[in-house]
Amino acid sequence: MKQSFDQKQYNQTIKTYQPKPNYFINCLKAFVVGGLICMLGEGITTFYVEVFNFSEKDAGNPTVTTLILIAALLTGFGVYDKLGQFAGAGSAVPVTGFANSVSSAALEHKSEGLVLGVATNLFKLAGSVIVFGVVSAYLLGIIRYSWKIWF
Amino acid sequence: MSKMGSRTWYFEKPVYIQATGTSVGPLEGEGPLKDTFDQIHAELHCGENNWELAERRLMTESVNACLKKAGVDKTDVNLFLAGDLLNQNVTANYVAKQLETPFLCMFGACSTSMETLANGAVFVNSGYADHVLVAASSHNATAERQFRYPTEYGGQKPKTATFTVTGSGAALLSKQKSSVRVESATIGKVMDYGTNDPFDMGSAMAPAAYDTIKTHLQDMGRTAQDYDLIVTGDLSAVGTPILRDMLAEDGYDITEKHSDCGLMIYHSDQPVFSGGSGCACSAVVTYGKIMEDLKQGRLTKVLVVATGALMSPTMIQQKETIPAIAHGVVLLREEGS
Repeated sequence: MKQSFDQKQYNQTIKTYQPKPNYFINCLKAFVVGGLICMLGEGITTFYVEVFNFSEKDAGNPTVTTLILIAALLTGFGVYDKLGQFAGAGSAVPVTGFANSVSSAALEHKSEGLVLGVATNLFKLAGSVIVFGVVSAYLLGIIRYSWKIWF
Repeated sequence: MSKMGSRTWYFEKPVYIQATGTSVGPLEGEGPLKDTFDQIHAELHCGENNWELAERRLMTESVNACLKKAGVDKTDVNLFLAGDLLNQNVTANYVAKQLETPFLCMFGACSTSMETLANGAVFVNSGYADHVLVAASSHNATAERQFRYPTEYGGQKPKTATFTVTGSGAALLSKQKSSVRVESATIGKVMDYGTNDPFDMGSAMAPAAYDTIKTHLQDMGRTAQDYDLIVTGDLSAVGTPILRDMLAEDGYDITEKHSDCGLMIYHSDQPVFSGGSGCACSAVVTYGKIMEDLKQGRLTKVLVVATGALMSPTMIQQKETIPAIAHGVVLLREEGS
């Protein structure tokens, strides 16, 4: 075999055969879809403020809950994974993406029972988000607390 | 049987495929080969409660269709060779339980179809079995769960990814003359060229197909021109040109004769990324379309090279590379049968 498909260079050679992701279009799709999800969130907040007389701050929690409910339903109806393929980070980063990762795991492992299936695997994908979320919040909290004491 | 060259088995006492059976899922049933399948399911669950049962049903159906066409009762099957992609090969094991036939389970990832066919031919040729039933299956949703993410997870896949074929193919081998003969088989070596992207199996498997095809042609003293068709299992749109260029560099031009099951089974506008993959990919295309073409004389000599990425999610997470294997089987049209 000639040099180009040599085992050592194989990973380099095959790059020309692999279709490249279009980063610009992907970013644009993520921006638009992510933005639309956030806009929906804004709309829901306004709804809670105007209709149920929540304060702007208090409307945050019901807004997140509503978005999670919508995302979980869309996951169940088999829509969210298609949105995910289209939008990438645009639908993965917002709270709806987190809801999708939890509800998709629940659906997937339903056949293994409620305890060892659903409950055990619920945070299979989202677990790392929670771990790093808690750890980074803890570390930043310590930094902020120390900053206040010393300065 | 005699050994040709380094690792090709030539079956001197002819072994024939009595019949084949296939059963597929919805997307395959909408593809260009839809008329060559025995059974098509309109829904991915195939009428079962979970994905694993759905895959088991597919294999059961393909086996039943095959036995029915051959007119052979399951009690006359001396050996059942089968495999799939799930942990502990559960689909094959549970189907074998229902069949109540002597059983050897096989795993070769997506190369299982030709691994079982080649071994089945050996058992018939050597006289240890009169009827050998071989089968392989895969299901898109069980494979997603086994190797990737939950089915409904909204992650983005790159264009190099492949789409696991939902389906199962089975074949019955014996010495009784029929229109399709298993002439020879070349057993692959595990090849690892150091790729580690689980979303690019075509690149990982191309070297294995290259090695098996090259060895086969050398062992048999043939060229690509001796075949009507050289078909690989699931190299997809990424691995196919890599394989052709690798062989061309060594002076084997297969381009005119070569097709890939992963590209044959779906229309290019179906949402399958770079093509189909999975045990069922080569199984349903070979036991459906290719068998039909051989029987009707549109093809007379075909080399089927089923390619398998021996990938494990645990190994990938431990930063290992992806080994691959490919097994080739030559199918001949037998005149006057």
